[in-house]
Amino acid sequence: MPPEDAAPRTMFEKIWDRHRVLERPDGQVLLYVDRHLIHDGSEPAFDMLRRRGLKPRAPDRIFGVPDHYVPTDTRETAAIPDPARRFMVETLERNSAEHGFQLFGLKDEGQGIVHVIGPEQGLTQPGLLMVCPDSHTSTHGALGALAFGIGMTEVTHVLATQTLWQRKPATMRITVEGDLGAGVTAKDVILHIIATIGAAGAAGHVIEYAGSAIRGLSMEGRLTLCNMSIEAGGRAGMVTPDETTFAYLAGRPYAPKGAEWDRAVERWRALATDAGARFDREVTIDAAAIAPTVTWGNSPQDAVAADGQVPDPTQEEDAERRAAMQDTFAYMGLTPGMPVEELRIDRVFIGSCTNGRIEDLRAAAAIARGRRVAEGVTAWVVPGSAPVKRQAEAEGLDRIFTEAGFDWREAGCSMCLGTNGEIAAPGERVAATTNRNFRGRQGPGVRTHLMSPAMAAAAAVTGHITDVRRMTGG
Amino acid sequence: MDRFTTLHAAAVPFARDNIDTDQILPARFLHMQRDEDHGACLFRDLRYAPDGSEVPDFPLNREGWRDARIILGGRNFACGSSRENAVWAVQGHGIRAVIAPSFGDIFAINAVKNGILPVVLAEDAVAALIAEAEAHPGAEIAVDLATQTVTAANGAVYHFDIDPFTRHCLLEGVDELAFTLSHQEDIAAFERRMDRSNF
Repeated sequence: MPPEDAAPRTMFEKIWDRHRVLERPDGQVLLYVDRHLIHDGSEPAFDMLRRRGLKPRAPDRIFGVPDHYVPTDTRETAAIPDPARRFMVETLERNSAEHGFQLFGLKDEGQGIVHVIGPEQGLTQPGLLMVCPDSHTSTHGALGALAFGIGMTEVTHVLATQTLWQRKPATMRITVEGDLGAGVTAKDVILHIIATIGAAGAAGHVIEYAGSAIRGLSMEGRLTLCNMSIEAGGRAGMVTPDETTFAYLAGRPYAPKGAEWDRAVERWRALATDAGARFDREVTIDAAAIAPTVTWGNSPQDAVAADGQVPDPTQEEDAERRAAMQDTFAYMGLTPGMPVEELRIDRVFIGSCTNGRIEDLRAAAAIARGRRVAEGVTAWVVPGSAPVKRQAEAEGLDRIFTEAGFDWREAGCSMCLGTNGEIAAPGERVAATTNRNFRGRQGPGVRTHLMSPAMAAAAAVTGHITDVRRMTGG
Repeated sequence: MDRFTTLHAAAVPFARDNIDTDQILPARFLHMQRDEDHGACLFRDLRYAPDGSEVPDFPLNREGWRDARIILGGRNFACGSSRENAVWAVQGHGIRAVIAPSFGDIFAINAVKNGILPVVLAEDAVAALIAEAEAHPGAEIAVDLATQTVTAANGAVYHFDIDPFTRHCLLEGVDELAFTLSHQEDIAAFERRMDRSNF
């Protein structure tokens, strides 16, 4: 470790330095992994491990949970009708039993989407290096961890060695200063950021989010923000741990306790970026310029204000981009320049690792309360975890949703990517609180619009995309 | 892992920016086992109509590009999901190299671990290669890892950079796990000296 009086460092650099095991002549660094999160898509890595005659080096650092392939209408593994999907969940259970790592099984009271349960269990902590075979691992950076998604061969490497080779990424600070307007949430902030810097705007960089608007976000808002760092191409996204972070973590099952807690908080405070530390790139965003935001196209960068219009492809000067845009318009069923609020929707999906936490459900329920899901619209609420579901039920949110005509379901990734078979029909337009509006993401031919939970609930009750400010008087 | 030395093959263009791994391998094929035919699912929903018939103007369905072993991609090629299955689909189709101005980070990492070479070239170089591929579908280009060059059908030569260790692994067909396992004592020493209270 560098001496205390070394040059000022960013939070990312402090965590990176702490985890260096070795450096190769080509500059790649072997990093030690504190927590290895895995899910029910991880079997190929265990298979590769077995073929090489290896075993996990540190089972006590592995935490598994089924989320991608689990049905949201039952908690019985045996009831998963498709054998290939059932196999994914069963093999995770078998790998846990064989190798002795912690599993939050389908019936476990802690089960949920891996990026929801990490923070919820207190597994995610400031200063830790965490990996998971899922690109939305960036979520965990909201607590000041360095967390990023990896591929299956890399999972095999981490299982075998508890380490990973990485080239040091560049750093980028995105500062959002000012007050967020009425109806503007962390989801709107991150969609606005991605629309501003582009889907590759942070490629090769670790993002640190800073500024008064970020400090003012709840822990859950920060999780939403960091979750979508990958949609801007970022390797990871991070927020400086502060009182909000410590208050969130205190008392969680895996959080330090007693005197150990006090020592941990002291260490965590020292993680903040030093005064004078340099970032490779700086971006500043005016919080007041952010409106409730919705996507119109097939990239998260295709986002506009909810009271705005979709663009006009004929205004695009670059021929290749104009052709791509016209193709997107055809897929998405858009008319050039139309107000986004004129888009009628068929389905609503509230959930995912982006927006499946209790605050998200509260925000959606506040709109759904006393209203009815519009005729012809199918609306689902899929809590991000079993604890979120229990909390929501304790607060009566489930009744608000079901009385309004929403379907109240069990926790999992569900329609965010449909690996469990829960998808929409071709041509259907979905208002989703998820992270990707890619073509076919929610099923072949499905048209996805990303938005906040309150906006999705508003779309459910009006039957079309609706600026939530119209419903709250904001 | 298959070695990568030199490759002479047709290059198929996918010029659009931000082509994501959901396009390369749709999520409904993610539960396929490693030894199943991922190549048949490459760009499944763009390459085939819902009834299973070929989409005639999709590049992989056009004469000259059916057996292409090189992809010419747009900016941020293979962004999005970390699914290594996208690399397996590319590999399963017989593609061995992807040339683009930039890549989704995780895809590029996954690619080299499966013997697929991601080549970053300047935007104008990729644009020139794409223009030539479209003018002469099926024309072969050469990718030489030892010399770190791409040679276009018209003879133009483009140099590319790659980490020396990654280059070594690809040239020799070895992966880095064996190398890391030879450093287990360093890892054990790190574990002994690290601050347990922070883990």
